[in-house]
Amino acid sequence: MIPTTTNSSGLTRRGFAVGAGAAGLLATAAGDFARAQGGPLKVGVLLPRSGAQAGIGQDCQRGVELAPAIFKELGLPELAIMNADTETNVEVARARAEKLISDGAQLLVGAFDSGQTTAIAQVAEQKGIPFVINIAAAPQITEQGYKFVFRNFPTAAMILSDAFANQKELFEATGVAPKSVVFMHVNDTFGTSMQQGINAVLPRFSMPYQIVEQIAYDPTARDLSVEVAKAKATGAQALLLVSRLNDAILITRELVKQRWSPMAVLSMGPGWYEDQYLKTLGKLSDGPMSFVPWYDPHKRLSKQLEAALAKAYPGINMNTNHVFTFEALLVAADAYKRARSSDPKALADAIRTTNITDNVSIGPGIQFNDKGQNDKLKNAAIQNRGGKLLTIAPKEASNAKPELPMSAYDRRG
Amino acid sequence: MAAEIYLNVAVSGLLTGLVYGLMAVGLSVIFGVVRVVNFAHGEMMTIAMYLAIVLFNGFGLDPLIMVVPLAAVLFALGYAMQAGIINPFITRPEHSQFILLVAMALIIANVLLIVFGPDARSVQTPYSFDSFLVGPLIIDATKAYAGAATVVITAALFGFFRFAPLGKAIRACADNYTGALVVGLNVKRLYALTFGLGAACVGAAGSMLVLLVDVTPALGPALTLLAFIIVITGGLGSMPGAVLGGVLIGLTEAMAGLFFTPSAKSMFSFALLVLVLLFRPQGILGKRPS
Repeated sequence: MIPTTTNSSGLTRRGFAVGAGAAGLLATAAGDFARAQGGPLKVGVLLPRSGAQAGIGQDCQRGVELAPAIFKELGLPELAIMNADTETNVEVARARAEKLISDGAQLLVGAFDSGQTTAIAQVAEQKGIPFVINIAAAPQITEQGYKFVFRNFPTAAMILSDAFANQKELFEATGVAPKSVVFMHVNDTFGTSMQQGINAVLPRFSMPYQIVEQIAYDPTARDLSVEVAKAKATGAQALLLVSRLNDAILITRELVKQRWSPMAVLSMGPGWYEDQYLKTLGKLSDGPMSFVPWYDPHKRLSKQLEAALAKAYPGINMNTNHVFTFEALLVAADAYKRARSSDPKALADAIRTTNITDNVSIGPGIQFNDKGQNDKLKNAAIQNRGGKLLTIAPKEASNAKPELPMSAYDRRG
Repeated sequence: MAAEIYLNVAVSGLLTGLVYGLMAVGLSVIFGVVRVVNFAHGEMMTIAMYLAIVLFNGFGLDPLIMVVPLAAVLFALGYAMQAGIINPFITRPEHSQFILLVAMALIIANVLLIVFGPDARSVQTPYSFDSFLVGPLIIDATKAYAGAATVVITAALFGFFRFAPLGKAIRACADNYTGALVVGLNVKRLYALTFGLGAACVGAAGSMLVLLVDVTPALGPALTLLAFIIVITGGLGSMPGAVLGGVLIGLTEAMAGLFFTPSAKSMFSFALLVLVLLFRPQGILGKRPS
């Protein structure tokens, strides 16, 4: 037997080799451990932070900013947020998604708009990176058989079904209902999906009103005077709308200028409940009802999120943008915690089995069907009153009674 | 549909078209004399709109009162741009001028983005929601004020070019560059003055347009494109043509929205442009190249 060489400290060559091997194994294991549980999950958040939808994109960002502190309290893992601006442009959204993935994003969240979201979904599916949609309603996004795309937001058909059910509830509660409406909608992916959905869904609800005219318009239009004049000329009693923020402000201005106060403004999209809408128009922002995916004010996490928003952004009302962006990140953090890995496939599998009941939005919680769609979400009806957003339906989630008809614009002082 | 709606929409289109016309007059004046196409036109307009917002929010100064001061500020900016940056490019190929002005447009848009952020901004004056009831007509007060101011400014500009010695000198430069040099006119200074005057039109138009349209840093290219459609329809280099083009585009968009679908408003203004290019390539009031 060849004696091993021993140095003065007693370390043998064999001992050194064993030690080095053990250290190597430990280092490898530590690396795996870090990848599996340690470092924060890199989440690319794509939002329209500039362009026509900038106001809403930046509002969604508030939901992102509030998430870390609440996740810490919930015992969820840390997320490393990588922000990207889609510039309210479908092609830019696609390019930014590709860039985020090449920069190391392990999961994507976004992108408020159906057109941009569709483009990102294609990229995510192609690259095999999980994509959790915060807001986008075009049904086709989760009808493509995608394996990496998940949506915790209702489809156009779900929004419309709930909207008509809630409208009937409100008409019955107040004893007031319009007999005729004009349907004005943006002509983008979301608006067109909603328009097609209305034609399919409306006959099932035997609503008290008839749609006397449908007016499609460009969401980036600088002037909507013609559209409002055309709507007014129909003599309809109320407005049914699918709009965005800037056009909602333009339409309200034109309603006032053209001296037309409809009995009701019934919105089935964003715009009319945004803080920028309330602040820009003051008293003139009172009255519109929005039938939208919303938060349940009675839920524990809703109260926590609302308190965090009030602390971070005093004077800002909590809305769809904050809630669903926050929940998209909640889905990501929850999946990362359960997957114990940032491997895209493991993350996607974990998201598929999501079952979050301690959430914010109305409904039993966050679960996804085999298409990646949360089909259990419920909408609410909210009304702007005195700069606040009050939930007026469904009854079980409401915190105020509806006011219908809304007060005339020329009698608001 | 009742007859008054056609009248209401026509008047609204006419008034909006007048403001568009003033913006396009600036582009037309610059091209007519300096022979440079200002691809930063819309971005210069957004500068004026943001200045109007700053003055309104900071000091409560009504944009309509600020029309002349803002025109003066933009005049200075235009003069400096021409004298300092554009003049060396006058004799260079058109693609060099194009690249220069597109670069300036990008710089302006991005500086505005850094300073003001991407949010849409607007001003809300006490008369923002007012309208006049004239028989069956409901006339938007803001558009009426802006339209009237446009008529006054355009008339003053016509008068300047027709009767003032300086205006005549500028027209001389436009008519015969070599002749102007021979008779001893300081052409470079006159070019800078012309660019300044074009920019002043943009300043005045921007001050009024901010009452009608929300501004974002990304608005510039849309305004540049609109100004191009108007001046090509009316006749590149023709001031009356620019006003006429503005009114025609304003009316076309309004009536197309009423008779067909509002989604197709821009399609109809482009269709008008195509028709003009097909049957009168020099524009409605443009001169046929000799």
